[in-house]
Amino acid sequence: MAVSERPWRKGLWHAYRLRWKRRRFLFRIWRKRHQIAPRVDRTDQITSDAILAFATVRNEIVRLPHFLSHYRKLGVDHFLFVDNGSDDGTAEYLAAQSDVSLWHTTHSYRLARFGMDWLGWLQWQHGHKHWCLTVDADELLIYPTHEARDLKALTGWLDDQGHASFGAMLLDLYPKGPLGDVAYDPGDDPTKTLAWFDAGNYRDQLHDYYGNLWIQGGVRERVFFADEPARAPTLNKTPLVRWSRRYAYVSSTHQILPTRLHDVFDFAGDSRVSGVLLHTKFLPIVAAKSAEELQRGQHFQNTALYTDYHKQLTQNPDLWHKGSQRYEGDAQLVALGLMSKGRWV
Amino acid sequence: MTLGVIMLVHTGFDRAEQMVRHWSDAGCPVVVHVDSNVPAASYNTFSAALADLADVRFCARHRCEWGTWGMVAASQEAATLLLEEFPDAQHVYLASGSCLPLRPVAELRAYLDAHPDTDFIESATTADVPWTVGGLDRERFTLRFPFAWKKHRRLFDQFVKLQQLIGYRRTIPEGIVPHMGSQWWCLTRQTLDAILQDPKRGVYDRYFRQVWIPDESYYQTLTRLHARQVESRSLTLAKFDYQGKPHIFFNDHLELLQRSKSFVARKIWHNADLLYQTFPLPHDAARAAEEPNSGAVDRVFSHAVDRRTRGRPGLYMQSRFPSVDRQNGIAAAPYAVLQGLDDVFPDFQAWLTKQTGAQVHGHLFAKDRAHFADESEIYRGGLSDNARLRDYNGKMFLANLIWNGRDDHHCFQFGPADTQKVRWTLAKDTNASIWVVSGAWSIPLFASGRSASDVRAEAARLQRIEDKFLKVLRAPDAHARIKIMTLADFIEAPMDVLQAIIDDIAGHRGNALKEVPKMPDLTGLPDFLQDLKNQGMHPFLTGDITIGNTRPANGEPRRKPYVISAE
Repeated sequence: MAVSERPWRKGLWHAYRLRWKRRRFLFRIWRKRHQIAPRVDRTDQITSDAILAFATVRNEIVRLPHFLSHYRKLGVDHFLFVDNGSDDGTAEYLAAQSDVSLWHTTHSYRLARFGMDWLGWLQWQHGHKHWCLTVDADELLIYPTHEARDLKALTGWLDDQGHASFGAMLLDLYPKGPLGDVAYDPGDDPTKTLAWFDAGNYRDQLHDYYGNLWIQGGVRERVFFADEPARAPTLNKTPLVRWSRRYAYVSSTHQILPTRLHDVFDFAGDSRVSGVLLHTKFLPIVAAKSAEELQRGQHFQNTALYTDYHKQLTQNPDLWHKGSQRYEGDAQLVALGLMSKGRWV
Repeated sequence: MTLGVIMLVHTGFDRAEQMVRHWSDAGCPVVVHVDSNVPAASYNTFSAALADLADVRFCARHRCEWGTWGMVAASQEAATLLLEEFPDAQHVYLASGSCLPLRPVAELRAYLDAHPDTDFIESATTADVPWTVGGLDRERFTLRFPFAWKKHRRLFDQFVKLQQLIGYRRTIPEGIVPHMGSQWWCLTRQTLDAILQDPKRGVYDRYFRQVWIPDESYYQTLTRLHARQVESRSLTLAKFDYQGKPHIFFNDHLELLQRSKSFVARKIWHNADLLYQTFPLPHDAARAAEEPNSGAVDRVFSHAVDRRTRGRPGLYMQSRFPSVDRQNGIAAAPYAVLQGLDDVFPDFQAWLTKQTGAQVHGHLFAKDRAHFADESEIYRGGLSDNARLRDYNGKMFLANLIWNGRDDHHCFQFGPADTQKVRWTLAKDTNASIWVVSGAWSIPLFASGRSASDVRAEAARLQRIEDKFLKVLRAPDAHARIKIMTLADFIEAPMDVLQAIIDDIAGHRGNALKEVPKMPDLTGLPDFLQDLKNQGMHPFLTGDITIGNTRPANGEPRRKPYVISAE
């Protein structure tokens, strides 16, 4: 399908600058390739039509069992993990999985563009021409009718339509009551513990520089960033891409180059098919993770604002309010307008 | 008598094999055409897998690129072979590897036996039916298409444009009237034979070779020459999107397909195991005589096509971000913006809630915080009352508020003391109806008891801001429904305006007002305004307030006719 006419037009000079920016990212990815060392390499299992998942993890033993079962059910054929110095058994657990290839590093997560340099190198080597899913361990991708149609159906349809990327919004899930007061056992469905979300407080705008749709809002903005909305967490993502060696993510999976991969939304009134990344950040382990983050300073810009945010998270806050929506599944999110079926009926 | 099947296959050989076996087991001879693009190895494996079936043939292979003659050549090849090899076949069914019989083949055969002379082929003249894919319908038959649409889209388009520009038209061979329709047909032996043996077939074939998407018009047109009885519909349930690409059926379409009672459906998702397990349904005597009924499927899929053009108005999300300039409605539902009324009537908000049952907010855009109808800190959908958050993107705040509560009618108070960034959004939104009583800000100033010299600066500021807002409302691209009246006009006949507002919210003629909101005593207001003038600050937006029209209204009906000054 022809690319719809988009109001974001910046001219040739901008395109040229972005082109060099992308090349710099690719060079950086190549330069940092020795930072990761293979632990278990099962990439010879990857067939030409395999759907691959890429993730950087650190101490995610609690989330990984459900993470893997969720994405296996969705049709991911092979997982490529970079373990960033876990000490809770994450590496051993992953190494034992038959559809996982594992790399290891102890270098700085922040200096590797929050893991994107490492994953970029794996994508460069193994992702070319595959549909590649790039997610964090606390992100579970769903899309309309995902239980009846696996990722092969979705990507096959996207191929037919001539789309090379798929957009999904990060939706923060939280429990009712203080974050630390709920129980979660590894392997359980986290949407049972984190059963609530904010349904309608998301702001969209066009990102001037990269031309993506920039979404902010949600519970984290409401509770932690209300006085600094410009700094609130970004929620738009492009996690699923039919990869090419020439592609590079910019900042997490919020932005990607070339910018035509941001063509996942519609200007004319139609809506494209899109998904939601259920964000399981607020499982009870969040307090411990935030405490560690305050020590390590490996996440986003270590400004006073973010320090304050992590401090608040260690103090067992309650994010629930009486207008919170209970999570019921994909059809509910479509009805609320958080994701859309588009023409994929 | 039997039913012969032509199956066109280019991919998904495991499912194709399953389908061939299925037709064959039900006693139907099958001729398979495999796209010549398929590598020899795959072809050999596929044909070897079917070697055990006696009534299955493989015909010579053609290259089948979508939209080109190859598709017709393939079906001609297969049909010729089928008619030769299987003289018993009375009907011939054209199917593909991703066609799935929904009802037992026996039911289809019984149905065809009951209609021995009928050709089932969707066939409509282009003049009467506006099926357009890429804007070409009639022109499919009158232009030439030497460039592949898939590989050389630009050349294809430019060549079409060029021909349109110079007014090129091919002549259509004498005797035929172009018809179009679904490419999946079921023809009688007699008709098919007549098409293939037609002495003028050479002429027709040469012509159709250069027609765009000939598999949707070749048989559809020629059948009209030879058929005894044409039933213009396809026995294969197939839906197409607005681009002419087939919709694919997945596991979650199971119920829909069951309800359709169609004999065959396509296109079935390769991995839709549930569908392949469920269909064809077992024989059911009650259903056997029923006609196919694809109404429900039609509705679901055409709804999707509608959504393509209309979308969900007022929704902004990751895959829908309509630009404001292209659409008129910004919010999802109508809402009312009321400026100045709460200055005139101190308990206006409570009164309006009582009268209409609408969600009547206070000053949503107040400088301190958003005053929601229930004065809560977090409103529906998790919308915060935080002013910074709201003002960071006022348009999205408003769009969210209305979207989250789109089943209710929303009204909110607005005024020159509020943050003004949202005024263009309000003015442009066709869903907004904006009521302004200009100069009403003077009443709270007057009621504060402060002297004119004390409030002079404040009055001037409010007037300046309100004037700017009025200018926006009077701009040519202000598409909201806008009613502006001066304070003087308003207090002449407030009941008429209030009634109009309530009618507007109710969406029809609302109940006649029984209860009047309390108006404060305005005695002294003219003097106050005169004092402001004496200070050099002319409150021109209030209109001409005189002692006469500020007399407290004691239910005394006024005779003076009242006209709302509509802009």
